[in-house]
Amino acid sequence: MKAMLLKRAFQLITVVWGVGTLTFILMRSLPGDMAYRIAASRYGQDNVDSHAAALVREELKLDQGALTAYWHWLTDLLQFKLGDSLVSGLPVTDALEHMLGHSLLLAVAGLMLSVLIAVPLGLLSAWRGNPLDSVLMGLSSVIRAMPVFVLGVLFILLFALHWNWFPVAGFGTSAHLVLPAITLALSLAAVSNRVVRDSAKRTFQAAFYQFSRVKGLSAWQTFRQHGMRNIAVPVVAFFGIQLVSMIEGIVMIESLFSWPGIGHGLAHAIFARDIPVIQGAALVMGVLFVLLNTLVDIICLWIDPRGAKTL
Amino acid sequence: MRVMPFFKRIFFCVSILSGLLVITACSGPTSSNTVSISAAFEFTSLDPAKNGFVFSRMQVLETLLDVDEKGLLIPALAKDWHISEDAKTWTFDLRDGVYFHDGVLMNTDAVVNSLLIAQSKHGALRNAPIESIQAAGDHSVVISLSRPYTLLGAVLANYANGILSPAAYDKDKEVLALSGTGPYKVFQFAPPHKLVVEKFDEYWGKKASIPYASYLTGHRAESRVLQARSGQVDIVFGLDPASLPSLQRVDALNLYSNPIPRTIVLKLNSGHRFLDDVRARKALSLAIDRQGIAKGVLRIPGSQTEQLLPASMSNWYLDNVTSETEVEAGTPESLLASLGWKKNSQGMLERNGELFELTLITYADRPELTTVATAIQAQWEAIGITTKVEVTNSSAIPMGHQDGSLDVALIARNYGFIADPLGVMLSDFGSNGGGDWGAMNWNNSALSADLLALEQTSDPVKYKEISQRSAQIIYDERPMIPVSSYIQQTSVNTRIKGFRFDPFERSFYLNEMEFVKP
Repeated sequence: MKAMLLKRAFQLITVVWGVGTLTFILMRSLPGDMAYRIAASRYGQDNVDSHAAALVREELKLDQGALTAYWHWLTDLLQFKLGDSLVSGLPVTDALEHMLGHSLLLAVAGLMLSVLIAVPLGLLSAWRGNPLDSVLMGLSSVIRAMPVFVLGVLFILLFALHWNWFPVAGFGTSAHLVLPAITLALSLAAVSNRVVRDSAKRTFQAAFYQFSRVKGLSAWQTFRQHGMRNIAVPVVAFFGIQLVSMIEGIVMIESLFSWPGIGHGLAHAIFARDIPVIQGAALVMGVLFVLLNTLVDIICLWIDPRGAKTL
Repeated sequence: MRVMPFFKRIFFCVSILSGLLVITACSGPTSSNTVSISAAFEFTSLDPAKNGFVFSRMQVLETLLDVDEKGLLIPALAKDWHISEDAKTWTFDLRDGVYFHDGVLMNTDAVVNSLLIAQSKHGALRNAPIESIQAAGDHSVVISLSRPYTLLGAVLANYANGILSPAAYDKDKEVLALSGTGPYKVFQFAPPHKLVVEKFDEYWGKKASIPYASYLTGHRAESRVLQARSGQVDIVFGLDPASLPSLQRVDALNLYSNPIPRTIVLKLNSGHRFLDDVRARKALSLAIDRQGIAKGVLRIPGSQTEQLLPASMSNWYLDNVTSETEVEAGTPESLLASLGWKKNSQGMLERNGELFELTLITYADRPELTTVATAIQAQWEAIGITTKVEVTNSSAIPMGHQDGSLDVALIARNYGFIADPLGVMLSDFGSNGGGDWGAMNWNNSALSADLLALEQTSDPVKYKEISQRSAQIIYDERPMIPVSSYIQQTSVNTRIKGFRFDPFERSFYLNEMEFVKP
């Protein structure tokens, strides 16, 4: 365990440096003049012109060489400073806190709901087999194939317009969280219920599982003592991956529900060439990735201690 | 003995908690005490130079002068103003008893401070021929100019020149807190999506009756329409015209269609070897089916236009120009044939072995531009011109203008950005062959001279005569090709009364609104 944690701490440092450097190189190599991009985001399309770009270039010293800019970023990072947004002038940490906080809230709520949907359905599907299995397979494919914003619009039509239970979009109250979280949960559960089902089916068919029934344990006892842990390992690992990809990949849901998440914020920062925000966001997400992976590893280790030697 | 105190304690805690909840519920914004607004645009900063539009619309920020619905200057923080005989000195008499949101009384020093800071940042004030901005006594501010400049009043009415409390700025002139003078003050600032304002009881003018107002950025037009339909949002701006029929059936909504001085225009590089002759530019203009675009693409029949400025800006609108006027020039084919273009075996235009190919750039900030661009691409293809459409960022237009790489750009130009359209006309056609968002590599000394003369003309009759002449030159020479004008579609919930639309989009007039009593 200690070795694993040390290894992860080293990974964390390399990820922070690697992600920051890569983002820097990629942003610098994008076509287009940074000063114009930043000016457009700062002053809006009605007010961006070459004077604004010149002012931005002068203020932010964009003419300085890439190496100097990189050195500044690196020395700031060593002092745990992420800098200020080039567009708003506000500290990057404030923006990240606001965006990441909302993204994490939505991601965790979505994941919890998806677990509540996927685990029972997956187990039921593996246990009862056809025709339920095929029906759930079909349903999962349909939901998965549907763009997530279509699902969101359907929920809005039903829950916000028809029944008027929840607000259409926005944030700030728990009611605002419900529809985006359900939308996210359903699109996640469409895949994860299949993972649960496959893992459960594999376990149910395993020789050790059949043997426990033969030796006289009840179905529930068998499931509790021999099923749960075996099914859980791949499922937990999969949920971990889903959580990570979700934090950065829910742009559509964020813009449909006007949710101020990091996916949306990052996309806008890239349009605006707001390098400190991009670097900060990429960095925090890199760190989150390592931390979540570590957490998943620890949980998997706890579920199945046999894996300790390989970690 | 032990049970009673325990229950008492619980009862006490519950009472305190419910009391707190009631107080919180009464003191914070709720749907019953807040007028909620949804529109497409984000904001990121408190600085008026950057995102002043949102604070001006939400009535946090005010300027020395205001603009009425016709674009005429009216008093605001300055109750009166005088222009000297040589038109180089403007004196503004400040209104008495105006408080900033931080409780400080507005005085001449605060106004001078705000204007000097605005002048040092990006904006129209920076380009004005100002020699000095000074306090004169306790009640007046004097702006001295190096030459007569009739636009000054309209420039001062721009949101970037809003007046803030001296304590609002830090030592680097950055805005720390938006302490303006409007009928509402900032309650919650959560960029880029949400702004909540609270009514300001010490306001000098008509005090607001609705305690709170919230602005939420709704990126997707679909979401905004649904917000309007569900009643979650009281006022929704920028509705998709396609959604109007379904919204008309909702009893709880009143719909408003208001023209605004924004036009979809093609910016042409008149120095391009295919476009340097006016006949080529006319052919491109003639080949556009404006009516079809207005009806089929934008779904606002009647919004097609041949002129840059709307009829409401009568000084710049030519009454003699109709859709037939343009046809008199000939057909696109005949005009292009007169320039030596012939169709090849594939039906595409060719001259000296070279195909008529153009790159049209536009930007994604306004989704309608992309669809209009592809419609124009198809319509030009029909006369043999190959057009490559590139969707990029709005900054690509001024950048392409400066480095000369731009062929054609489709833009949505706001001619009311400065309340007097002369401001935008000067930057688009004033000098040096055009402007970042205007004509490109196109010089017309008569127009430049006329526009410069307008800067110094205060006689309305003479002003109209010169501006009409300028509009005629632009129409005849086509350095820019207008396609369609904008109609702002807005829905207002019936629980709100007193809604009024500002064509210059400076104010939501929140302080005039009231909740309809049930």
